Amino acid sequence: MAKQHCIIVGASHAAAQVAPTLRQQGWEGTITVIGQEYFLPYHRPPLSKDFLSGTKSIDNILIRQPAVYEKSRIRFALGITVSAIDRANKRITLDDNEHVAYDKLVLTVGARVRKIDIPGADLPGVFYLRNINDVLQIKHFTGKAKNAVIVGGGYIGLETAASLRKLGMDVTVLEAMPRVLQRVTAPEVSSFYTRVHNEEGVRIVTDTQVEAITGGKGAEAVVCKNGDTFPADLVIIGVGVIPNTELAADAGLAVDNGIVVDEYARTSDHDILAAGDCTSHFNPIYNRQLRLESVQNALDQATIAALTICGKEKPYSALPWFWSDQFDLKLQIAGLNQGYTDVVIRGDIQGGRSFAAFYLQDNRVLAVDAINRPQEFMLGKRFITEKKVVDAAQLSDESKPLKDLLA
Amino acid sequence: MPTVVYVKHDGSSEEVHVENGTSVMQGAVDNMIDGILGDCGGTCSCATCHCYVDEAWVEKAGVPGEMEKDLLTCVLNPEANSRLSCQIIVNDELDGLVVKLPESQF
Repeated sequence: MAKQHCIIVGASHAAAQVAPTLRQQGWEGTITVIGQEYFLPYHRPPLSKDFLSGTKSIDNILIRQPAVYEKSRIRFALGITVSAIDRANKRITLDDNEHVAYDKLVLTVGARVRKIDIPGADLPGVFYLRNINDVLQIKHFTGKAKNAVIVGGGYIGLETAASLRKLGMDVTVLEAMPRVLQRVTAPEVSSFYTRVHNEEGVRIVTDTQVEAITGGKGAEAVVCKNGDTFPADLVIIGVGVIPNTELAADAGLAVDNGIVVDEYARTSDHDILAAGDCTSHFNPIYNRQLRLESVQNALDQATIAALTICGKEKPYSALPWFWSDQFDLKLQIAGLNQGYTDVVIRGDIQGGRSFAAFYLQDNRVLAVDAINRPQEFMLGKRFITEKKVVDAAQLSDESKPLKDLLA
Repeated sequence: MPTVVYVKHDGSSEEVHVENGTSVMQGAVDNMIDGILGDCGGTCSCATCHCYVDEAWVEKAGVPGEMEKDLLTCVLNPEANSRLSCQIIVNDELDGLVVKLPESQF
């Protein structure tokens, strides 16, 4: 009998986890990872941080060194786009129309940046930030005292602003909503980030719609609907991502804001699995369908997918967590805050740079934003998963160790 | 290339070569050693690479930084010799380093 073939589409963080885990769990067949970019899987979070500011090289951000894949007999085919899945014949079509047969297929195709359609968006000096190549290009436009305008005050926008500020640039962040991080944090936390960015010399302008980017050979300014104009040698647009679901949808797989998978990471076709940013999956802790953009989900769901393929099914149930580094702020987020009714702050959010925001619903913790507060982050995870009933006054009382509330 | 010995909770151990300048966490990730996750890639953000440094090596492995210390107070079963393995960078001095892995990472 011919060797079985598992093809992993997308050389992403999830792929770097699925492939060696498959081998580790006993998959004896061929493993091929097909990726569009010419790089082995790498950590994306440093792209807007240490990689942009220059303290880490490409080699530093590879998830695993080449020798690991060699040892696990994992093949890579890079610079290739998969154009179709033929489920009836169990084969995929590559961009050169070549067909490759699979026994198991894993879609770790991730997400792509949301683009904005305004005049000047295609001028040199205007970028999105998702891939190594984006940052390599951006680096040609950075430099002391030059002007950078960031469109979008989400995590990517603010992290990028902090990194560019470190490089000595004059940085402006333009946000369409009334406050930065509006989609993800409480107003108190948004105000905190605005304050720190201002203290570090970043200009933040909210409630402002970008109308056009003007320039000649390259970007020169960003013009807003109210007429405000900001000079720009470099424009970076960070307004969110869209899951890559087209390949799955075209193959007739269930798609609903992400490729729909069950708790074993299986799509509606059980020989095709999916993991990471591209999936929509059920989370038992929050009792609802989620699509997450996070390393944690990419890793944990990828492990689940590999176990399923190896016949060691284990249902996926993990507490989502995220992090964001800006200046000297280390933000760790445990859980998801959607539906919160109260926010309790522990620490000095007004003048300091270290506090935790607990998001509560019915006296239970839904999520925690911990800024330079690793203890609150770690213990917060337990408050959430153990569904502890908490007292707001006690949570905010720093004279009492948080650990005691868990006892 | 220095050698690092990873001792699992069940007492079994794996000895692997880890390049100078690489963290003990990366050495584990590169060798698919269970018990060290290293989700954040070594930025001291996640505390999923907790290990216990063998008593004989504690001094050479150095002391944890402030952020690391805070994270360590919240891992499961912290001990005096607890470290986050992403913060221990391998060098010739650490050739033969022995680290024990916790039963599970949170």
